[in-house]
Amino acid sequence: MAGRDSDFVGSQGRETSASVRAGKAPAPDRAPRRRRAGVSLAALAGVAVLGLSAAASLVGSFPRPAHAAQALLNVSYDPTRELYRDLSAAFTADWEKKGGGALQVRTSHGGSGAQARTVIDGAPADVVTLGIPSDIDAIARLTGKIPADWRTKLPNNALPYTSTVVFVVRKGNPKNIQDWSDLVREDVGVITPNPKTSAGGRWNFLGAWGYAAEKFGKDDAKIREFVGALYRNVKSLDTGARGSTITFAQRNFGDVMPAWENEAHLITGEFGKDRFDIVIPKTSILAEPPVALVAGNVDRKGTRKEAEAFLKFLYTPEAQRIIAKHHYRPSDVSALKPEERPADIKLFRIEDLLGGWDVIQKTYFDNGGVFDQLTARK
Amino acid sequence: MSVAVAAPRRRPFIRKTGALPGFGLALGYALSWLGFIVLLPLAALFLRASSAGVEGFAVTLSDPRVQHALLLSFGVSAIAALFATLAGVIIAWALTRYDFPGRQVVDAMVDLPFALPTAVAGIALAALYAPDGLLGAPLAKLGWQVVYNPIGIFIALVFIGLPYAVRTVQPLIAEIDRELEEAAATLGATRWQTVFQVLVPPLAPAALTGLALAFARGLGEYGSVIFIAGNLPGVSEIAPLLIVIKLSEFDYTGATVIAVIMLALAFLMLLVINLIQAWSRRRMGNA
Repeated sequence: MAGRDSDFVGSQGRETSASVRAGKAPAPDRAPRRRRAGVSLAALAGVAVLGLSAAASLVGSFPRPAHAAQALLNVSYDPTRELYRDLSAAFTADWEKKGGGALQVRTSHGGSGAQARTVIDGAPADVVTLGIPSDIDAIARLTGKIPADWRTKLPNNALPYTSTVVFVVRKGNPKNIQDWSDLVREDVGVITPNPKTSAGGRWNFLGAWGYAAEKFGKDDAKIREFVGALYRNVKSLDTGARGSTITFAQRNFGDVMPAWENEAHLITGEFGKDRFDIVIPKTSILAEPPVALVAGNVDRKGTRKEAEAFLKFLYTPEAQRIIAKHHYRPSDVSALKPEERPADIKLFRIEDLLGGWDVIQKTYFDNGGVFDQLTARK
Repeated sequence: MSVAVAAPRRRPFIRKTGALPGFGLALGYALSWLGFIVLLPLAALFLRASSAGVEGFAVTLSDPRVQHALLLSFGVSAIAALFATLAGVIIAWALTRYDFPGRQVVDAMVDLPFALPTAVAGIALAALYAPDGLLGAPLAKLGWQVVYNPIGIFIALVFIGLPYAVRTVQPLIAEIDRELEEAAATLGATRWQTVFQVLVPPLAPAALTGLALAFARGLGEYGSVIFIAGNLPGVSEIAPLLIVIKLSEFDYTGATVIAVIMLALAFLMLLVINLIQAWSRRRMGNA
């Protein structure tokens, strides 16, 4: 019932919204008045044309057989639009130069969890490039289309790039927010996406948790108290990272937004450096958005060679430079000039603190997990 | 399934429909379309939810977060539908009874919420009512924050529900004879008596239909609400969002359980509204 109004940043938005509009438009002829008959007829004709074109675009979007046009489908998460537009273009140019023939890489974007779900439900993805390892784990567990040991199949734990969480604050930092400990102050309003629906939200949660774990050691009660206090400061819990950005940057709501490093740079770039500052906390989390080959799909479509080449390409110096340009953290900075490298931040790996991803997902984010306990109504 | 064969068999419920031909064909058409478009997906939903078993439903229903979300969704939808109906009847009245320049344009504007992608509506409303927005700023000065809390949900649902209320009563208002009011006046009725004893009763069934439509639409609304509600668990988290959250946890069964609970409750409430409607129609004698 909620499916139709999927998040406006959802990937499948175009066709569906067109058909929805077509379906709703005949409303004027609900009021049966004779002098409006002509108008209604014209409206109906218009709607019919709209409906036909929507149908045509739906038909056009069905996957074509592999021999017609060689195309890869990369199912990615939300903030990578700009990144993969450049990476895909560079890869196809490289592929053609090396005599691989014409190749097209299409990328679909949306919330990381929702994107994983489309692959689980049968989207013909050749590669997945998602926001958090647990989403790829879920595809592997529920469909078997990705081998369980997918993290060992590519260099650096299947991470061509990493990221981290930094804070976006109002210009001049009026609330003087310097570190994670400032986010629990009573006068601070925090904007962050829901960890249940957003990979970025999960990294924010884990960043706070990791900070508290370093500060309080093994004292679980104190860590919970810290993270609980932080989420009591949350003024709006949007469903995705872009939703939070809109609330914070366009609605001017809240004082601080923990965000993906690349998203933070996008905000200051998009909405103006004169409105926002980026605050880098003293320590933060190493966010790991991994990539994987969807073996079950590429073998069926006969695109294994191309898909593997695409993933390997992400580790080349050329790709690493594009990655750095878009404010992700390259896995290999050796080919980059010093000024191209990202700022040094002390980063911790959450797996070193909390164990493997299957444990983290289950303990903290599944139904009844720590996040639910901390945000339960008293 | 041709009519020619069906009719001579003297099936009583077919003969009752009168002289109009094509009943068998029409009913067959209606049922098969309904089956494909409505019943089949709903059956799949129930099948999936049934794998949770009775205790699955009990556990879900006893979760305070689910209870709060359901209460919020049903409560705010009902209040918003009531408000939309009140406002809708007045708008419909003004648009039908009076002629003024630009009336056609205003009339067409009523349908806009139908056509607008709901996410756009949510973003626009949040921009307008946010503490630094055009309407939100003066309200904030008075100390009222109307977005990122349940009031925001109310605003979004009134916006979404309004056209249903207007469009259902409009044709009826057009049908009411002006002479009826004049007759009431000449017979010595006060203005209030005219409104409540002459005008409201024939409009009530249509207004109730509008109410039911706006209510049902508000219940399922997701796109606009999540941009204006703040979505805080136990405060402004609506039931459809809980369903999306369950899906994000890859808990398809859990999602369908909440969906089925919502469906059952919505069906009950719509049934009650329909009964009231039937009763008021009978009372009016225009069944």
